[in-house]
Amino acid sequence: MIKYILKRILHLIPVIFIISICIFGIVKLTPGNPIGSNLDPRATAEEKAAERARLGYDKPIHIQYIEWMKRSIRGDFGESYLYKRPVNKVISEVIWNSFILNVVVFILAFLISIPIGIISAVKQYSKTDSFWTLFSLFGISMPSFFFGLLLIFGFSVKLKWFPINGMINPGSTTTGFARVLEVGHHMVLPAIVLTISSLASLVRYTRNGMLDVLNQDYIRTARSKGLSEKVVIYKHAFRNALIPLVTLLGFQIPGLFSGAVILESIFVWPGIGRVMVDAINQRDYNLMLALMMFFSILTLLGNLLADIGYALVDPRVKVDER
Amino acid sequence: MQEDQKINQTQVIGPWKMTWIHFKKKKTAVAGLIIFAILVLGSTFAPFLTPYSLETIDKTARNQPPSWEHWLGTDNLGRDYFTRILYGGRVSLKVGLFAVIISIVLGVIIGGIAGYYGGWVDNVLMRFTEIVMSFPFLPLAITISAVVGAEMPGEYKMYITMFIIGLLSWPGLARIIRGQILSLREQEFMLAATALGLSDRRKIFRHLIPNTLGYVIVYATLGMASAILSESSLSFLGLGVVPPTPTWGNLVLNARDTHILTTRPWLWIPPGLCIFLAVISINLIGDGLRDAVDPKSHR
Repeated sequence: MIKYILKRILHLIPVIFIISICIFGIVKLTPGNPIGSNLDPRATAEEKAAERARLGYDKPIHIQYIEWMKRSIRGDFGESYLYKRPVNKVISEVIWNSFILNVVVFILAFLISIPIGIISAVKQYSKTDSFWTLFSLFGISMPSFFFGLLLIFGFSVKLKWFPINGMINPGSTTTGFARVLEVGHHMVLPAIVLTISSLASLVRYTRNGMLDVLNQDYIRTARSKGLSEKVVIYKHAFRNALIPLVTLLGFQIPGLFSGAVILESIFVWPGIGRVMVDAINQRDYNLMLALMMFFSILTLLGNLLADIGYALVDPRVKVDER
Repeated sequence: MQEDQKINQTQVIGPWKMTWIHFKKKKTAVAGLIIFAILVLGSTFAPFLTPYSLETIDKTARNQPPSWEHWLGTDNLGRDYFTRILYGGRVSLKVGLFAVIISIVLGVIIGGIAGYYGGWVDNVLMRFTEIVMSFPFLPLAITISAVVGAEMPGEYKMYITMFIIGLLSWPGLARIIRGQILSLREQEFMLAATALGLSDRRKIFRHLIPNTLGYVIVYATLGMASAILSESSLSFLGLGVVPPTPTWGNLVLNARDTHILTTRPWLWIPPGLCIFLAVISINLIGDGLRDAVDPKSHR
């Protein structure tokens, strides 16, 4: 098993490498001159050239790539033009804001979707089942930005129950528990949007996983042994239905973070997605590169976790131990 | 003799008809088809449905609320908003359709070749597919769009958006097609094709791919739904199709202005609803098709 995990991790290295080349190439193609925004507009051509040389932009692109890679491996992603601070600092300041939101959504989504999925499967084709099927369809089909705007319009503008946007009130100096409450209050609407959109696929997967299991012979055996329906469903069936969910868990992580890109800019949530959009609009190369790598590695790790989780949970998965 | 033929004729139902019969049974799928048809017809026949053209600017009637002359009011330049939504639908649906066509062509070719040849070809292509799959879609799409689109005139942004979505969303289909072809190529009819001395190309595209058509069609419908969603998200961020070309996504963008968000909901709710209706109707059609195409699901 350890061998399998190591092998999978080794497989990741060339993939990360190729992705980094692609991303570097794409970002470097970006038109727009970040030096301009950093320098005095009256700077002479020589001063501009000196700035370019200082930043290493006068070198051929492959040399730039190698230098960037060398620094990145050491954890140094350069300085952000937009925030005038090291990229690491910028990211570490906002990542927790995204993280808090995502963790809440993650927990809510799983807590809600698993029981719904089980009930829908057990009572297949019942009214409950069709209701949740339609509900998940709604979640898949609703553009998250539109849904977010509708909630803002309804609950913040008309009913004034929740703040329109932000993570804390402007100029707020609350601490401790009051701060938690304040952030929580701001989080309600974005959390609802994100939870509903991830609920959809989770409910579908749980339901289908349960259905697959419920049709198997050993469930019939368990029933014919005279076990109660509760034991059959929760002890025998559900444990096996968990397997596909483990995979989904891995896929959900990167999805949440990138889904937050749009939502954070609507709710002005000071997280990583909003920084990403700002970085792109302002042509902040270093920040763009670092964030793209962050999202890619997150996606890869999610897939890896899914595979490993799958192999760990399901003894039937034959791991190739060569 | 003649009677025999008659009986045969009534019993034989082609695969298309069969699919339609099963599709018709599902009310939600038919409802989806009707909603989708209305949206498509509405945007196709936009010039006949509204007296205004896309460019008509009426400076005397700016920022009007909905009225009999302007069903959904006018925008800050005095353009009829209902007209913009109809024409916006053209762009949104077109982008969705062509993005999905690009991804299907790529998915079918790559999946087909990988599945048929196997060995190192398969290995290389599938590694490549995995890499494309592990790109984070939205961050990458907005970056590419910002990079490639920055120096493009506005009217070409539509095509860039199509390509970005198409080029990033084929891996799922490629994997399905490959898996199908791996099992199909071992069947007897392929042995017959080989015995007839058919070329590889003919075998792949005339004999193997048509057998996966069911999957392709289902994938195409569901893929179009997500392509429309992606386009609207990109346009909403200002990184997809940009004004003056209207799309449902960039019409919702009006709501970024707090004043419009709070006081003129008719400017952003209708285009948002159109996106929702288009996506949900296509998803309903896709679900219906999946059940209709898949013989296992017929109860």
